[in-house]
Amino acid sequence: MASHKQLPRTAQIRLVSSHQEVYEPCDDSFALVDALLADRNNLQEHHPSLCMEIGCGSGYVITSLALILGQEASGVNYIATDINPHAVEVTRETMEAHGVGAELIVTDIAAGLEQRLAGLVDVMVVNPPYVPTPEDEVGVEGITSSWAGGENGRSVIDKILPVADRLLSEKGWLYLVTLTANNPSEICQQMRKKGYASKIVVQRSTEEESLHIIKFWRDVDTVGDEPDQSVSGFIGSLLTQIRLLSYWRGTNSDKC
Amino acid sequence: MRLLTHNMLSSNIKGVVNGFPLRIEAEKVVEKTVEMNGDFLKKMFEKVDWKAFVDASRAMGYNELPEEADPSMLDSDEFLNNFHHALLELHLEEGALVCPETGRRFPVTKGIPNMLLHEDEV
Repeated sequence: MASHKQLPRTAQIRLVSSHQEVYEPCDDSFALVDALLADRNNLQEHHPSLCMEIGCGSGYVITSLALILGQEASGVNYIATDINPHAVEVTRETMEAHGVGAELIVTDIAAGLEQRLAGLVDVMVVNPPYVPTPEDEVGVEGITSSWAGGENGRSVIDKILPVADRLLSEKGWLYLVTLTANNPSEICQQMRKKGYASKIVVQRSTEEESLHIIKFWRDVDTVGDEPDQSVSGFIGSLLTQIRLLSYWRGTNSDKC
Repeated sequence: MRLLTHNMLSSNIKGVVNGFPLRIEAEKVVEKTVEMNGDFLKKMFEKVDWKAFVDASRAMGYNELPEEADPSMLDSDEFLNNFHHALLELHLEEGALVCPETGRRFPVTKGIPNMLLHEDEV
């Protein structure tokens, strides 16, 4: 952690609560929090009012976001959901241990919130179940729901994206964890059709998987139905991220 | 669960047309003081369904909110304090949220509402 000396405090592993049926913070969680840290100046200048995490698991990510952005005094409020009741309980404990808080709801993605919360979320963070699995493992009870992603690991991601589009405010940002097997460039093209620009904030390869943390934002200049542009936009954003990637490559050998 | 969250939640049982607002059954309400941020309150004032908010605050045992409100009231410190208190400092710790159309109860335990639906409600 010495290399993070000048960075804001994020959630500490020793304070993260756990339960046998709840996914513990791992490479993907760390990569997402590193993406938030890499983007922290932008996040702070963004002055979000409502931040949301879908699938909060252990609470590591939403706690870190709350530590980066501050709480009520800064005018920021947090909402976190998970389909697993144990996970929501563990998130509550993790947040309390760090002296922060969020509004927690046990629900499937954002069911119950889609109508009234539409257009209000300024920052959304999602570490979805992205592991390719048989379709019948998706959404089953317990810890399996934290990783089982169905065909190409896309079943839950593809359900979350339209919900994110509905909930995000005009200035809303989405940070999404994806695996190479999820076909991130196709996800970016799909979001482009909805009017979102995208860039890779963190890319990380471990022995087992290659992760991309992609940031999406509404872009008035982003016009749908232009597949050529979508592809070059994705690759172009890749190229602009090279400096950032080489920076992060040097700092993350101590995780998991 | 804060009333801010209650104001954003609806019953989404299959076939339910008017799932908002959920009626509050309060068994235990707790107060947690947080710092006020006027800009946040002004922004949320535009988004809050006032009638649902007032009814919810009364169900939580808080009776200081006016029946009707308009943006000019935000200039009053007293109003702002009460709005802040009801929106962010009152927590439904134990109880239930009741679907206004079907009467289905969504339990609230340790401050956490469980909105998961049964198979035949999806």
